Amino acid sequence: MNAAVLDHSHAHGTPRASTAPGHGTGGPASKRIIVGYGFWIFLISDIIMFSAFFAAYAVLAPATADGPSARQIFDPTSVAVETACLLLSSFTCGMASVAAGQRNQKWTQLALLVTGLLGFVFLLLEAREFSGLVARGDGPTRSAFLSAFFTLVGCHGLHVTAGLLWLGTMMAQIYAKGFRRDIQHRYFCFTLFWHALDIIWVAIFGLVYLVGLNL
Amino acid sequence: MFGKLTWHAIPFDQPIPLLSAAFVGVILFAVFLWIVLKGKLPYLWREWLTSVDHKRIGIMYCTLALVMLVRGFIDALMMRTQQALAFNAPGYLPPEHFDQIFSAHGTIMIFFVGMPFLIGLMNYIVPLQLGVRDVAFPTLNSVGLWLTAAGALLINISLVVGEFARTGWLPYPPLSELKYSPGVGVDYYLWSLQIAGVGTLMTGINFVTTILKMRAPGMSYMRMPVFCWTSLASSLLIVAVFPILTATLAMLLLDRYVGFHFFTNEAGGSPMLFMNLIWAWGHPEVYILILPAFGIYSEIVPTFSCKPLFGYRSMVAATLAICLISMLVWLHHFFTMSAGGDVNGFFGIMSMIIAVPTGVKIYNWVFTMYGGRVRMQTPMLWAVGFMVTFVIGGLTGVLLAMPPADFVLHNSLFLVAHFHNVIIGGVLFGAFAGYNYWFPKAFGFSLDERLGKAAFWCWIVGFYLAFMPLYVLGLLGMTRRMQHYDQPEWYPWTLIAEAGALLILCGIVLMAVQLAVSIRSRARRREPTGDPWDGRNLEWATSSPPPIYNFAVLPNVEREEPYWGMKSKARESLQLSAEPHYEPIEMPRNSPTGFITALFAVITGFSLIWHIWWLVILGLVGAYATFVVFAWRDVAEIEIPAEEVARLDRANRAARAAALKEATA
Amino acid sequence: MSTPADFEPGSSPEGDSAPGYESETREGVRAAIRGYLIGLVLATALTAASFWAASTHFIYGPGVPIALVVLAVAQMGIHLVFFLHITTSPDNTNNVLALAFGVLIVFVLVFGTVWAMANMNANMMPPMG
Repeated sequence: MNAAVLDHSHAHGTPRASTAPGHGTGGPASKRIIVGYGFWIFLISDIIMFSAFFAAYAVLAPATADGPSARQIFDPTSVAVETACLLLSSFTCGMASVAAGQRNQKWTQLALLVTGLLGFVFLLLEAREFSGLVARGDGPTRSAFLSAFFTLVGCHGLHVTAGLLWLGTMMAQIYAKGFRRDIQHRYFCFTLFWHALDIIWVAIFGLVYLVGLNL
Repeated sequence: MFGKLTWHAIPFDQPIPLLSAAFVGVILFAVFLWIVLKGKLPYLWREWLTSVDHKRIGIMYCTLALVMLVRGFIDALMMRTQQALAFNAPGYLPPEHFDQIFSAHGTIMIFFVGMPFLIGLMNYIVPLQLGVRDVAFPTLNSVGLWLTAAGALLINISLVVGEFARTGWLPYPPLSELKYSPGVGVDYYLWSLQIAGVGTLMTGINFVTTILKMRAPGMSYMRMPVFCWTSLASSLLIVAVFPILTATLAMLLLDRYVGFHFFTNEAGGSPMLFMNLIWAWGHPEVYILILPAFGIYSEIVPTFSCKPLFGYRSMVAATLAICLISMLVWLHHFFTMSAGGDVNGFFGIMSMIIAVPTGVKIYNWVFTMYGGRVRMQTPMLWAVGFMVTFVIGGLTGVLLAMPPADFVLHNSLFLVAHFHNVIIGGVLFGAFAGYNYWFPKAFGFSLDERLGKAAFWCWIVGFYLAFMPLYVLGLLGMTRRMQHYDQPEWYPWTLIAEAGALLILCGIVLMAVQLAVSIRSRARRREPTGDPWDGRNLEWATSSPPPIYNFAVLPNVEREEPYWGMKSKARESLQLSAEPHYEPIEMPRNSPTGFITALFAVITGFSLIWHIWWLVILGLVGAYATFVVFAWRDVAEIEIPAEEVARLDRANRAARAAALKEATA
Repeated sequence: MSTPADFEPGSSPEGDSAPGYESETREGVRAAIRGYLIGLVLATALTAASFWAASTHFIYGPGVPIALVVLAVAQMGIHLVFFLHITTSPDNTNNVLALAFGVLIVFVLVFGTVWAMANMNANMMPPMG
């Protein structure tokens, strides 16, 4: 069964291919890399899901039926503040990563708390925008354009909500168990997630709000 | 309190679903009783339901697939019988019922037979072939399995509580919108697939990571077995397109539940958008199904031809080409939706181009056989049957890829014959081939060869009898999904098709008998070395079944078909290699997370379908709590002591040494 | 698992790095914070530029959506490099490839959908009445 084990001497010298772990011939990669890569693939799939909603939005944006168009409902100030909140929260999330790398409980928790608060403000503003539209009768059931808009932006908001839930859980776990390696792995996945959400927001505020206001 | 759920949901006035549900219920209860009375429940829980071992998970996936095959096939038999009876007559299935049956048939066969069967085989074999101990995320693997099972459970519940969708296996709006399908049927479909879809996506992520980041030392990309390449391509497609399915079904759910207007006729909705998005998922989906099957053939044909695979590099290139091009053909499913000549032309040409890499694969298999010492045992029979059958199906596919031809044949039985031709001839034959081929590895004893051959012949003759007439019927103008008809020219063909279906039934029965007989006589079927077919890749380097950690020491890979290299060396030197140094091995701990998450998924799905909102919240909270409990555990691994590793490995080495001695004596 | 030495944290000198992790050649808290700060400043600048482009008459009207697309893509790049630490070094190849794969799918889906739907909508019958 392990006939080739005898041939350790060959393995080191032979392959022209990379001997690095994960790259090809060095054996399985470390857990750190495996977890990170797996989560990265998940994020790619999530981005593809968003793109399906984007595609639907692109097709349905002109379908305003008897309802309002983008220009009539988007508020640039609110969008600007939301964007600032999310961008800043990405920065503070980065700060939390640095602190976590240094295994500093206090600064990690503080940075995470600020990140969470900024995310929460973002959600509040978005909720205000949505409820305002619904109250005016321009809710998602009014037209296909509104359905697509509410779904796309709402999906992002749901992801942010899930992210906050995850953030709270991470804060609790780091507090309770410290910076154990597997917790570091998970926390690191969270930072990937949070940054990716900001990337998606860039697409939303740029291609949905700003293009919509402009056309 | 219970939303829309009342006693009226149970079809007391419809004998067929009621009786079949009762029948199934009795069997399930009997099985459960047997398990409990034999005291096997703790074992079942500890070793199977909470297992994170890719081998156990693979077996459970395949079991789910085989069970659902029976349900899906019964649906098929019912449809065939209806059509054989319903010439100028109503038949025995009223339209509302017939519609649910063809919808359930397609949904079950694709999502709960095809996908689990191939994913199960991938699960079992890929880590073994890569020379590693498990997949990248074992607990996630378990969650994926149980979520798939949850979806299957929901569909089966729809038989007896409520109804199923009547829209076909893809719920086209506006028929699937609330206005025209006000019942719970479409909701059952949607939630079942959303849940199962999440499970499948997890599998895709798991396998992409495993294949790209976890291989034995020395195994570069070009030394991977072709089955691993096709599993990679299939997993990449899963990651790429299942999110589209999730998004599209979510849009339909929003239309139905909250009154959105994505696909409605009113307020600017676009039903055509649904077709576009769902097929952007749907076409790659069938390639997700066929690619692992291609990989299985690439394992079987060299082994049973006693020759290395012809054209390894072109095989890899063809696989990746198919993976890429499959993302560029989806519009051929709605040529008739009048996108115009430019669009139709582009997608038509791409659809024809994809036949080229497929042809490369066929040639490679044929050239592998040429000059080899071909052994026509059951797995090889399935492979050869595939080669003939799939080529026919593929040719009709290229025919359909021409928009002018498709305008005549769209939604006729010609189309139905085509896709059954490629799915049965390609995917199902591959699954059966893999099942027969790897069964000895998983269970330590082989399946009865005679019964296997008999089952094959019933299946293949039955298939041709059942589906070739459908090509004729399509050309004669018969549309798909007809509950009754009055064209006399069609009648004889439906009768032949019915005969074919009955022959396939014999094939299925023979497979069940094969399994039972083989289990009964397993003592004399044991093959002690773990290599019953004279295999070529690393899965055959382990005992049958392999120990939980697969390899006592991770193999060092020096070439393609690494196990063949090891064996050649041993045969030349007339001895096994030196015994390795044994060390303790850490393996991931079993966990009930998957099973319990799925339980909450079923609760959440069911209560969403019936609008029992408080139960929905409970289900979601429960799922989240399960996740947190799992995340809070401190000990993630168990250690297997070196002595245990040594003991198991030495036993296998002894058997192999004895076989080597005998072979070279 | 009995793997070779566990490479913790960040990347190994010979192996891959996971996305989002700073490679070990950039050491120190200072450098890390500086990286994030630069990213923040650049992203803010691009955001401001986007808002400006959307409201100004300086840019040719029909070209504004294109400008917004370009600015959005640029900002995504900033995020990827400064926050997610995606680089072009060989230890990041797998990550870049995965991203490229995702971008390809997104492009095919969005462009394919818009193209097909536009053609289909163009061929719809005019509304009655």
